Amino acid sequence: MTRERFLTAYRWMLLARISEEKYASLYRAGKIYGGVFLGKGQEAVSVATAMTLRKGDIYGPLIRDQAGRLAFGESLLDATRTYLGSRHGPMRGRDGNVHRGKPREGCMAMISHLGAMISVVSGALMARRARGETGNIGAVSLGEGGTSTGAFHEAVNQAAVEKLPLLIVVTNNQFAYSTPTTRQFACRNLVDRAIGYGIEGHLLERGNNLNEALEVIGRAGDRARAGHGPQLVVASILRLGGHGEHDDGHYVPDEMKMAKAGADCMKLAEHEILAEGLATPQEMEQWRASALLQVEEAVAAAQREPAPDPDTEAWQALSTPHLTDGYERSPV
Amino acid sequence: MSITYLEAIREAQARALAEDPRVYIYGQDVGAFGGAFKATKNLALEYPGRVIDAPISEDAIVGSAIGAAIEGMRPIIEMQFADFSTVAFNQIVNNAATLYWRTETKCPIVVRLPSGGTPGGGPFHSQCLEGLYATYPGLIVMTPATVEDAYSMLLEAVQIDDPVIFCEHKYLYYHLKAEALPTEAMPTGKARIARAGRDATVVTYSAMVHESLAMADELALEGIEVEVVDLRSIKPLDTDTVLASVARTGRMLAVGEAWPWGGVTAEIVARVACEGYNLLDAAPMRLNAKDTPVPFHPNLWGTHRPTARTIARAVRELLRR
Repeated sequence: MTRERFLTAYRWMLLARISEEKYASLYRAGKIYGGVFLGKGQEAVSVATAMTLRKGDIYGPLIRDQAGRLAFGESLLDATRTYLGSRHGPMRGRDGNVHRGKPREGCMAMISHLGAMISVVSGALMARRARGETGNIGAVSLGEGGTSTGAFHEAVNQAAVEKLPLLIVVTNNQFAYSTPTTRQFACRNLVDRAIGYGIEGHLLERGNNLNEALEVIGRAGDRARAGHGPQLVVASILRLGGHGEHDDGHYVPDEMKMAKAGADCMKLAEHEILAEGLATPQEMEQWRASALLQVEEAVAAAQREPAPDPDTEAWQALSTPHLTDGYERSPV
Repeated sequence: MSITYLEAIREAQARALAEDPRVYIYGQDVGAFGGAFKATKNLALEYPGRVIDAPISEDAIVGSAIGAAIEGMRPIIEMQFADFSTVAFNQIVNNAATLYWRTETKCPIVVRLPSGGTPGGGPFHSQCLEGLYATYPGLIVMTPATVEDAYSMLLEAVQIDDPVIFCEHKYLYYHLKAEALPTEAMPTGKARIARAGRDATVVTYSAMVHESLAMADELALEGIEVEVVDLRSIKPLDTDTVLASVARTGRMLAVGEAWPWGGVTAEIVARVACEGYNLLDAAPMRLNAKDTPVPFHPNLWGTHRPTARTIARAVRELLRR
């Protein structure tokens, strides 16, 4: 593990954490429409997933992937625009927040239905293969709750049948909204499901440890890229907050928060940086200040931008206007 | 030489594969086996690697088509039966149908739905789901009633940059024949006057066009001239052609094989009532399948859906109104 890679990952995590703290505070101030769902505590897994990806790869992030999205190449301004409802954001007010994406640039725009984006990434990989393009992989992200869906099963099995270069990263953060894992699945560990699908499985027991996340997820990504088919990574962590900012997560037992597994990946990374002498406290303070500044600038810029305008909105769901049904007359 | 509705679908796919390297076919048993109805017969041989067998995973089948479309491909998905598309409903209506509007990314996928009843088909191999899909913004829903339309509309569907739900009727697969494939086509979005008449308008689509034409033949013997409008696509729905016909006849019956609550016939009646109230000499009527699952036994099935006989009865009532 190179020092540089670790620090790059840490700085994306830092930008993600600081930007999401800002979104949370804007949410509490009533400045954000819709929900705010944070990746707090999952930044290490998220950034490690995106950092296995290269230019031309396909990424299917989910709600707790601010760190991964930024590391994959999304601009902080675009992310911030979506939260603040700017007309210039990638979703232009038509969809919000964590649903943002730029599919043609390889970053899929998730729908809310869990498991649905796995097969979409697979299809993109099938298209690449059909054209004889090799060397790229796809990565999808979801939580342990998402593994209970039919869509997850269909898609993982399909990817296995097609032997696609797909990295499936399941972050088991112990709660799907309020539902604990005991009410979600009955297998010993979700990684065992890899056997049933005939794919390779990787357990990341300490998902809050950035070094291990980079190593385990990086290795899985390398296996996918080397032609060993889909790779299932199951990372174990604790969600450090509610499901979203509307939820205080009161149902998370204190014992879980106090346990080692409940430790914050940011704090652990910072401790390692200092303990290993990877950077000085002054450098770290500079990075934090720089991230804060970037976030403040992005928020200020997005806030100056116009909101979507219903009068100039195209109100057009099809890309082929001449095939629009066009019957929406209502009594005047 | 004659060609069936089913063969026309096969030929359209063969031509799409031949003319456009972006096209591929994906579905259950579509490869070497040639599809449950043989709509892809020999295509896997003729276009190696482009006619691909899928696991029984309708959700993942459509999901992957969306991903491939994002990457510039033009997938044609064969659902083995329209009924099974409900497993893929989420991907179709929430993912494919919203993609362009949400992200300005085009989603040119065609989902072929072998639709409608056949004797012995039963509750899970007979459904007409066109109305369900038409409810959602972002989808085009085609319902070809002729061999010519099956061919030319499927070819057009592949070229369209939006998701197309292509409802092909299984009852027409073998029953319907044409002399040859068409060389020109009406554009999608334009309805066709399948038979001209002055006394009443029957607005319908898909297999019900043929039941309606049989009814019109029968009533013509009594001197009743019924105009039959074949909608061809239910979304977009050609309201202008429907209204123009109602302006000529003053009476309108909408016929569909789907269930009675809501749906295509309700939409037609609503539009005619709202836009053409003054054109009507009598209250418009609807005729649909019965509000039960589609029955298995031919005796029950033949009564469950509208037929030439029950449509004739409805038209007589319409003329008495």
